[in-house]
Amino acid sequence: MWSFPRTLSFRGGVHPQPRKQTTRNLAIEPLPLPRRLYLPVQQHIGAPARPLVAAGDRVLKGQVVAAGDGAVSAAVHASTSGQVLAIEPHPAPHPSGLPLLTLVIAPDGADRWVDLPEPDHALSLSREEIARRVAAAGVVGMGGATFPAAVKLNLGTRHAIDTLILNGSECEPYLSCDDRLMREHPGEIIDGARILRQALGAERTLIVVEDNKPEALAALRERLYVADAIQAVAVPTRYPMGSERHIIRAVTGREIPAGQLGADVGVMVHNVATARAVHRAVRHHQPLVSRIVTVGGGAVARPANLEVPLGARVQDLLDHCGGASMAPARLLMGGPMMGQVIPHARVPVVKGSNGVIALTAAETRSADPGPCIRCGRCVAACPSGLTPLEMASRIRAGDLDGAAERGLADCVACGACAYVCPAHLPLVQYFQHARGALADRREQGQHQERIRRLAQRRRERQEAEARAKAEAAAQRKAERAARRQRKTAGKEHETEA
Amino acid sequence: MTTPTPVSGPHTHAPGGIATDMTWVALALLPATAFGIYLFGWPALNLLLVTVTSALAFEAVCLKLARRPLRPALSDGSALVTGLLLALTLPPWSPWWIGVLGAGFALVVGKHVFGGLGQNLFNPAMLARVALLISFPLEMTTWVIPQPLFTPGAPGFLEGVAITFAGAPVPDALTGATVLGQAQTGLSQDLGLSRSLEGVYDPLHQALGWIPASLGEGSALLLLAGGMVLLARRIIPWEIPLALLGTLALLATAFMLVDPECHAGPGLHLSSGGVLLAAFFIATDPVTSPATRAGRLLFGAGCGLLVFVIRTWGGYPEGIAFAILLMNAMTPLIDHYLRPRTFGRTRRGRPLEPTQTAPDGAGRRP
Ligand code: SF4
Ligand code: SF4
Repeated sequence: MWSFPRTLSFRGGVHPQPRKQTTRNLAIEPLPLPRRLYLPVQQHIGAPARPLVAAGDRVLKGQVVAAGDGAVSAAVHASTSGQVLAIEPHPAPHPSGLPLLTLVIAPDGADRWVDLPEPDHALSLSREEIARRVAAAGVVGMGGATFPAAVKLNLGTRHAIDTLILNGSECEPYLSCDDRLMREHPGEIIDGARILRQALGAERTLIVVEDNKPEALAALRERLYVADAIQAVAVPTRYPMGSERHIIRAVTGREIPAGQLGADVGVMVHNVATARAVHRAVRHHQPLVSRIVTVGGGAVARPANLEVPLGARVQDLLDHCGGASMAPARLLMGGPMMGQVIPHARVPVVKGSNGVIALTAAETRSADPGPCIRCGRCVAACPSGLTPLEMASRIRAGDLDGAAERGLADCVACGACAYVCPAHLPLVQYFQHARGALADRREQGQHQERIRRLAQRRRERQEAEARAKAEAAAQRKAERAARRQRKTAGKEHETEA
Repeated sequence: MTTPTPVSGPHTHAPGGIATDMTWVALALLPATAFGIYLFGWPALNLLLVTVTSALAFEAVCLKLARRPLRPALSDGSALVTGLLLALTLPPWSPWWIGVLGAGFALVVGKHVFGGLGQNLFNPAMLARVALLISFPLEMTTWVIPQPLFTPGAPGFLEGVAITFAGAPVPDALTGATVLGQAQTGLSQDLGLSRSLEGVYDPLHQALGWIPASLGEGSALLLLAGGMVLLARRIIPWEIPLALLGTLALLATAFMLVDPECHAGPGLHLSSGGVLLAAFFIATDPVTSPATRAGRLLFGAGCGLLVFVIRTWGGYPEGIAFAILLMNAMTPLIDHYLRPRTFGRTRRGRPLEPTQTAPDGAGRRP
């Protein structure tokens, strides 16, 4: 067994109450096909996909309905067979909170797949072929980051990657979808790991699981062969273990320099659910059309782990789980630490949605913020080594530059500081607000710079025109003078004559 | 700043809050307080009640003047703890106006002039105690020998009221010097410690609190127990008490070994003059102590060093209040210089070199 050297871990972090016991032992069950599916064209970081079908078209399960557009983008596939009813803006779980262009599909109930090529168990596929199939399947980071997986694989071509990490830490409270996946489909995850490793040429592959999931570890280890050179590694349970920077630090001891990526220190991290999607994409040519979602929280009557067709709405999931037993104080997509509040249950499940959590007021423990008492708990909790209290006080004083100078850019928005703050200060909110304001200001600065340049160009043009006019006038004057001179000269000549 | 929507995470929170912490601090002080009241009788209880009530009243008045809502601030327990701590550091038979003035000074000058909870530079209770000591040296150094409740010779309820509120004089026979005071007087008269402390310093009495002392510094054991509760619940950081007591013990031991006739040992230093009360309950005040681990270690060590220096070479036999105030003043500086290393950056704030291993040497690349 791989023992975990403590010295490699990261500083800070917190131990939020895990609250996973209600769902961790519930087997994954399929969500029955809902009446409508809502597929936003942007379920990933990057450019929105371009719709390939029109309202009224019939589509088959797995058919590409929107193609990736640009260098960083991902295709969207129909998650069941049926008819496209409309392509129009709809509410979506997107950080901006704005409606997104969405394909509305009415399932026909047959759930018929498009023709897929024969499964391919070839041992050695070229990196290009793997990346091509992953891209064709529209796979994105399924831990919530939603970065297109194929683009990330191609990053590996620019850097030597010696270590591949599969992130099965699932450090967010309530969530157990990755846990269930590792317990129920360890083989698919391990095969995904083999494929990814091959694509990256990594020497060492680690599947990293927090030690509060012993069954998942056991299930993985049972399927691993020594010859695989893939290890299942237990790490201590500590939030935010799942953060890319911190999991790399915890298992390899390498620290990603500020402003760089895992690839810069030779490590690539993929979520275990992404590995499974890669397995399906590469071996079975199956696009990403469903994902596992934990439905939990005290306001849900019957918590569950569901295999959900992408595009099902949160309401469908809640209905399947017996509805909300009470009006939730907060409805979230994702875990309670970094998840997003969704305004209502009409938003669809997308590729990065790992949880639908309906919290009661008792669970949110929200309280009115009090004054900062400088207790330093936020400093002790911050995994990025920042001093959140100072950043917060500067932001409150309107000193955004001061906050930036105190490391705002190094904050990973994990919320560990706000979780422990006895004054209940909404620290992450301050930081996000300040970041937004700084970005706006930069943009504004650029805008003003552009205006200044335009104005200058206009001035230059006007000056040039004026100069040209003046020159022309001068020339005309000179010509006139010359003519006059010639005339007078002629007259003189006449008089002389 | 108003809270902009949409709300960002985290959407759950650790249990507890400021009020919970303050309640625990008050609870942890309870045994020592109760014992102090037992030892010094009705006048001590009167003084405690007067001080705490006036602290709450002054808090309310200040909030009102600043047009801030009363409820959240009054119910967070911070004024209560300030009043309690101040009362515990006063001579137990002080007249009522000492408590009122002290509480007023602590809350108005020590806290609200700075802008309220979280803004003050100095610990309000210590600031008030020092102000009282300088203004009323006589009242602030009249220490009575313990007169436990319901023992013959102890003042009854009415006599207690007379002592606290009517300025009834404290009979000379009942007063005594504190151990530290005795030691200093002895040294100034060229008596060795072994002679000047004869019959005054008894380690057992000292530990149990059977000594002339302030209301709350009495029982070292009960204070220690309260401190341990707060440590176990992680309400106070361990760095400050450890560094403070460790530094003081180290210095005391070193000097005692050099010259036992001039320097008292660590036992006396730690168990007297409210050092334990300060180490666990006052120096750990979050507002006025550093926010980082390194900073707290330095802060605690600084307090310990200053206590020793003031006691040994300074004019006041007890130095803890001055020591804490001086270190409070250093806190902004400490917080400015001692900060954690940012992830992915060097101590100076530059991004790490790409292939550089973590600065603690872990994870060297093959
Ligand atoms: S945890 Fe909250 S109260 Fe404590 S120092 Fe940080 S911001 Fe202030
Ligand atoms: S949200 Fe930012 S400041 Fe707060 S603990 Fe996480 S990284 Fe540190």
